[in-house]
Amino acid sequence: MNKLLKALSELQAESKESFFMAIGSVVAHKLRSALTLLGILVGVFSIIVVMTAMRAMQKKVQSDLNQFGGQTFVVQTWPLVQFEGPGGMQKYWRRQRLSMDQGRAVVSRASLANAVGLELNMFSGQMISSQTKGPPNVPVLGETPGSFAAKNWTIDEGRALQDSDVAGERDVCVLGNSLAHDLFPIGSGVGEKIMINSIKYTVIGVLEAQGTMSGGNQDKFVIIPVTTGWTRYRGRRWEDLTILVAAQNAAMYDDTVDQVRGILRLARKVPPGKEDDFEIFSNDSMMAQMESFTFKLRLGITLISSIALIAAGIGIMNIMLVSVTERTREIGIRRAIGAKKRSIMVQFIMEAIVLCEIGGVMGVGLGIIGGNVAAHFLKMEPVIPFDWAAIGLGVCSLVGLIFGTYPAYKAANLDPIESLRYE
Amino acid sequence: MSLIRLQNISRRYQMGTETIHALRDVSLSVERSEYVAIMGPSGSGKSTLMNLLGCLDTATGGLYELNGTNVNELNDNELAEIRNREIGFVFQTFNLLPRANALRNVELPLIYSGMDAGERKRVALEALDKVGLADRVHHKPNEMSGGQRQRVAIARALVNSPSIILADEPTGNLDSKTGEEIMALLEILSKKGNTIFVVTHEEDVARHARRIIRIRDGLIASDDAVKKS
Ligand SMILES: Nc1ncnc2c1ncn2[C@@H]1O[C@H](COP(=O)(O)OP(=O)(O)O)[C@@H](O)[C@H]1O
Ligand SMILES: [Mg+2]
Repeated sequence: MNKLLKALSELQAESKESFFMAIGSVVAHKLRSALTLLGILVGVFSIIVVMTAMRAMQKKVQSDLNQFGGQTFVVQTWPLVQFEGPGGMQKYWRRQRLSMDQGRAVVSRASLANAVGLELNMFSGQMISSQTKGPPNVPVLGETPGSFAAKNWTIDEGRALQDSDVAGERDVCVLGNSLAHDLFPIGSGVGEKIMINSIKYTVIGVLEAQGTMSGGNQDKFVIIPVTTGWTRYRGRRWEDLTILVAAQNAAMYDDTVDQVRGILRLARKVPPGKEDDFEIFSNDSMMAQMESFTFKLRLGITLISSIALIAAGIGIMNIMLVSVTERTREIGIRRAIGAKKRSIMVQFIMEAIVLCEIGGVMGVGLGIIGGNVAAHFLKMEPVIPFDWAAIGLGVCSLVGLIFGTYPAYKAANLDPIESLRYE
Repeated sequence: MSLIRLQNISRRYQMGTETIHALRDVSLSVERSEYVAIMGPSGSGKSTLMNLLGCLDTATGGLYELNGTNVNELNDNELAEIRNREIGFVFQTFNLLPRANALRNVELPLIYSGMDAGERKRVALEALDKVGLADRVHHKPNEMSGGQRQRVAIARALVNSPSIILADEPTGNLDSKTGEEIMALLEILSKKGNTIFVVTHEEDVARHARRIIRIRDGLIASDDAVKKS
């Protein structure tokens, strides 16, 4: 027991010594060390930069999804993103757009759903109130009363859309909270009129402020009845009709999805046995799509960086072998004054690890910066992937350990007397 | 019990088909606190003997007992520990670590014996003080004269309070005046009770010792006490 403790404390003292000796020898051979580090740096950088960007993207998709309640899913004609390559395009090409009737069918027949909303994302424009002009590029959304429940919108002042607004295709609107403040610096705006593309709409309500988690522009939009939009702006280029469905609870989620699928297959006359000619997005399926897309990318980058790291490792081994030869005499001296083979091993392995870790730390740092610069340009929030940073540094130590072992073994097994005589 | 007992020690080197007998049949006893000079022509086996005594090398035949321990039976780690605790080497070419300052060089044996950093520095400074280098602690070897370098090497040899100090031609690379200073230093250590072996070519240097062993062709030719005049 005592012996073990002693051995441990010796090993600790040696590792610490080796660490400082390693730093010293890296500093003594700056250029050589820098060139050796470069390989490690590039290898680690490429992993970390991609993983950081992926993480930012994932976070963005997640927060987009979280706009809906957790039990909400979405039906659209086409996938949001096409991950399947050009071969998959044909299958979507001939699809009929979801129609307003099909949307209404879901609204009236989806008995399991808590709420069903129809949404038409039409165009962006500038609104004008009696007091001032609003900001440019404010999205105009066509919605139904069910959308409010499905999207977790709550009313701050006035009222939400009602069935009569939709049925009567009325020229009314509900304003996002910050847009309401922009357009009506004084008063709430409820009951006033605004101009959207020179058509007057009456403001019937203002939404409660939403969290400004991603970007802060979540609040700047105008809601009009979906039918008003459908009739008035159909000639324009508008986006697909979106059906938003909120299940009553998590347990009924899958059943609700199945019911809506059944209603739409019937309405769109999809023969039994054929696959759906529309897309249902749930949080899970979106995340799964995202995963499968990023998986290939991650696999590729892992492969590339592995190759880079192995090449760097071989470089490290080469440098370490040179260093062992250069320092033969030093090894002899150390052995003569009582260094065990183990101590020499520890010293040289530590040196390899320190060399790798210097490269690793720089690679991780630059990778996180690089990934976040990419995230910034893609308008995503910055992230620090601590787990990948730890993995990156771990891999560096491993590379040092693996490729440092052979030179260290060689150093430890030099004949002390020969080494002392080495010129 | 003698500190050192060699019985019929031999050391052979195999060079291809040729066998070189560096030491043939050496028997020798040395007591604690003895001061021994080893003399002999070049290639006679002096360094080989020193390496064996210092547990850097192992004999190919015979028995070596150090402090009652049979050295032949020890493994590599145990030999390293003996070198660390019981032996202090001083070399002709100083053999200091070029990038480390005097203090670091002297601390080195203490690192391998696991002493903690504070204690290590104190002990190393003490050893440097003993060799008269208290004011050269932070100098690197290339910033010191040959004599000063050899003093650092002696401080390093002393620092772990070893049983034996082995000096293989310690004055060989020094001018005669500096050589004398080094020998005077070893003499002081001897008076304090250290056991010392010095290899030398020079009779003047050897006369510092109490006992002179002459080696020829790997055999002890003579082994005499020094008559002090
Ligand atoms: N590693 C070795 N391999 C072969 N021969 C050696 C080796 N070391 C020493 N010798 C030989 O052993 C003999 C004694 O050498 P050494 O002890 O160094 O002599 P010296 O008395 O000059 O110190 C010499 O003939 C030398 O050539
Ligand atoms: Mg010699």
